[in-house]
Amino acid sequence: MSEAPESGEAYEVSAAGQPARSPLWLAVRRFRRNRLAMAGLALLAVMVLSSLGGLVWNHVSVARGRPEPYRHQMKGDHPQPPCPAHPFGTDPLGRDLFARTLIGGCTSLGVGLSAAVVSVLIGTLWGTTAGYVGRSVDTVMMRIVDVLYGLPYMLVIILLLVLFAEQYTWLRVVVLFLAIGSVSWLTMARVVRGQVLALREAEFIQAARAIGSGSVRIIVQELLPNVTGTILVCATLTVPLAILQESFLSFLGLGVPPPLASWGTLASDAVEALNPVRAYWWLLVFPCACLGATLLGLNFVGDGLRDAFDPRSR
Amino acid sequence: MLHYILRRVLYFLPTLIVIYTVAFLLMRAAPGSPFIQEKGMPEEILQARRAQYFVDRPVYQYTRFAWDLVTLRGMKSIRYPKRNVIRDILAPAFPVSLSLGVCALGLAVVIGTAAGVASAARPRTLIDYTAMTGAMIGISQPSFVVATVLMGLFAFMLRWLPVGGWGSPEQVVLPALALSALPAAYIARLVRTGMLEVLSADFIRTARAKGLTERRVLLDHALRNAWLPVLGYLGPAAASIFTGSFVIEKIFAIPGVGQHFVDSALHRDHPLILATVLLYAVLLVVFNLVVDVGYAWLDPRIRYE
Repeated sequence: MSEAPESGEAYEVSAAGQPARSPLWLAVRRFRRNRLAMAGLALLAVMVLSSLGGLVWNHVSVARGRPEPYRHQMKGDHPQPPCPAHPFGTDPLGRDLFARTLIGGCTSLGVGLSAAVVSVLIGTLWGTTAGYVGRSVDTVMMRIVDVLYGLPYMLVIILLLVLFAEQYTWLRVVVLFLAIGSVSWLTMARVVRGQVLALREAEFIQAARAIGSGSVRIIVQELLPNVTGTILVCATLTVPLAILQESFLSFLGLGVPPPLASWGTLASDAVEALNPVRAYWWLLVFPCACLGATLLGLNFVGDGLRDAFDPRSR
Repeated sequence: MLHYILRRVLYFLPTLIVIYTVAFLLMRAAPGSPFIQEKGMPEEILQARRAQYFVDRPVYQYTRFAWDLVTLRGMKSIRYPKRNVIRDILAPAFPVSLSLGVCALGLAVVIGTAAGVASAARPRTLIDYTAMTGAMIGISQPSFVVATVLMGLFAFMLRWLPVGGWGSPEQVVLPALALSALPAAYIARLVRTGMLEVLSADFIRTARAKGLTERRVLLDHALRNAWLPVLGYLGPAAASIFTGSFVIEKIFAIPGVGQHFVDSALHRDHPLILATVLLYAVLLVVFNLVVDVGYAWLDPRIRYE
């Protein structure tokens, strides 16, 4: 998708007699030269900052004794099309769609982030253990991953949400975050295990073993820094998938409970409110544009990171 | 090869047992009861109802439901006491979901491959950018938004296709398209990356040097190699399409399995939940096996010891 970084770049540097650059430094440089990835990063930054801005706006309103903008219902005829006072228009219940989109961004990004964190924690631990210990432990752990991989996860998530989270709002949000996260660690575990397996017999690991480093020290100090790039790429590409899964669940009525919002619930409410007679286009367009921009940004950044950390993978 | 298939078939059973157990435990641990709407009933009747579905004997319920599912006898649904879970509810609905899913998967493969090949054949041209922008849109929007836009465009504005329903071939087009958007986009990206990598290989230069047409070089030599990663993606793609059809069925008013699944979970209809989960598990496990065998058959480099 993106401009290919010149291969052989890594050799150029040392050949010129300059001081040796760390792989991380080289990766950062390759990433910064990738215009599409930088554009994605900028897009992502805008979306994250504006979502956080919405959160701040909310807190400030509460601190000043005004109602929270994302749940405040205004009097009059609604929904209203975009106007200077409400740049994104209002929804059928008379709430400002701009405030709701910003808050929705926090939820959607939160779901994505928590999925990434869970998948990094469990996936890395699982993959490193399996890859480093090897033998029967590896076989058993990877078999488990294989079996789990074949399961229709959405069904399990839907079951989890429907069965456990009807009563309490906060419980439903927590279950939603954890459920989506707990699904996404399998890919991570496989990828990390593959890398660890390849690195385990490398010379620098043998050297570390020869000077008497323990397993934990080898894993933390030698192995993990070498798989950081892979983990980062995998985590970045987990986020958009998690955000999409959340919107899917929202459509089934299993997303965050109202009056909370996410881009998914906003879009699905808009789809419900849409009819051929009166097209409330702004209800659909703004949340979907934000969702699309974020996912595009994340995908560009993910692709860029992959190119940056592993130029040969293309 | 035969060994490999046999071994994979042996993994079926543990996979299915795991999913059945997970679904069963979730179902049992959930608060609420299937008989919650039968309030005001005398205690004896409620007890008899519970006994009827073995709700009062969890271990027996676990084995009994499993046995009923294996023998395809099916239980009576709790919510619709007159309807047999497998014969009356899933048997009519499942073929609908299955054919929708198969159409969507086929469409995703065809569109994705075509777009990928077209953009890799002429990299950095208008064709390439158009195809990849389309793929980016497919990756960045939820399927229900794609479905709504397609419906608005082709059913309401252009009036080319019906708005929804099920039965005639035209009615399949829009839902299948909406469902295939995401996997088609992934496949297009996979094919493009794979093609670009393969096209710089030596054997492609040889093929061109011996005077093959560009078409044969692209389709016979390059695509055959570039397509392998797509095969690996088909398993997850099928999972996302078949579960994704829950949403699409709702939008296009298609009488598939989706509605039953969500409803049965909401109403704690134990037999129907388990039957649906297991049905999808079997479908996906079998599909994954077929894909893996196809992989082994197409790629001689893979050895399954």
